[in-house]
Amino acid sequence: MDIRKPIPTNGGDWLTKFGESWKLQTEKLKEKFRDVIEDVLMPPAYPTDVPIVFVKKDSIVEVLRFLKTTSGFEYEFLSDITATDEETHPRFRVVYNLFSPTRHWRIRVKVCVAENEEVPTAIPVWKGADWAEREVWDMYGIRFKGHPDLRRILMDNRWEGHPLRKDYPLRGYQVFSEPEAADPTLLE
Amino acid sequence: MGKDGSVAYITTKLDAFIDWGRKNSLWPLPFGTSCCGIEMMATLAADYDMSRFGAEAIRFSPRQADLLIVAGIINLKMAPVLKTVYDQMSEPKFVISMGACASSGGIFNVYSVLQGIDKMIPVDVYVPGCPPSPEGLLDALLRLREMVAKGETHSHKRIAALAKGQQVNAT
Repeated sequence: MDIRKPIPTNGGDWLTKFGESWKLQTEKLKEKFRDVIEDVLMPPAYPTDVPIVFVKKDSIVEVLRFLKTTSGFEYEFLSDITATDEETHPRFRVVYNLFSPTRHWRIRVKVCVAENEEVPTAIPVWKGADWAEREVWDMYGIRFKGHPDLRRILMDNRWEGHPLRKDYPLRGYQVFSEPEAADPTLLE
Repeated sequence: MGKDGSVAYITTKLDAFIDWGRKNSLWPLPFGTSCCGIEMMATLAADYDMSRFGAEAIRFSPRQADLLIVAGIINLKMAPVLKTVYDQMSEPKFVISMGACASSGGIFNVYSVLQGIDKMIPVDVYVPGCPPSPEGLLDALLRLREMVAKGETHSHKRIAALAKGQQVNAT
């Protein structure tokens, strides 16, 4: 067995299965959001990669809602929100991974964010974006405009800094010997 | 008892007698956080059967346990919890650090992981391995029994220092 040969997963090669639909979708997207879509990267030959759509920061909610509700797209499931620290300008990319439970196709939407900039929250579109955005805030320090409860979700709330930023030291331990105080609002 | 009737002889024998009882009835609190916890469960189950050495009374309340088996990775958010659990145990209390993660952080030398539980609480016996086999934990238990019998554990040293009127740091 040649280990370098990509193994088709999830019921086959995604590009042959969804390539045509993706092409139609991205063309439609570019047409509808002409000023908003910055770039579209179609997947390379690797069988489980998906198209990447770069969207302007302020229009991300509209695009996400369009992807969710329009027939022929039907990306109803928000798999994850994450981010990358690229050491370029603008510094961060917020990444939305979408999945369609009915059509089984996936797409990735990216937003470029500079430091100290805010991204509109996706909670109006997906309620589940709440904790995902809190995680992005916790790990990268990217704020989400309109988020009702932007607290740390994984790290101790006395933690300083955001550990997945490139400039955070790999061994930047912050050891606390006392347990963190319970949030009084959670006890109600 | 000595011919001069000194009570010191009696108290040491009493201590030794109590320690003999302690070493034969260690009540472990299983602090299993990852794969070491699975090996610990195997050690407690019928094949390896830790009850052969008197340590079968597993207690999930720190108030009722005197042996803390830390089996698995302790990340920094868990560290204060571990400290609290240790503080809640009554003296004398013994600690076995099971596996590479608990003993030194293991392969996880990153921002989120405590680099060995001995940064937080005193440890009596370390068990190497990733995860250690059940025999490793049994060996640690036997070693701890020897230490309890001889009064070599951190807990014994603390109590001895307190008896001399010295100031003791709780950890």
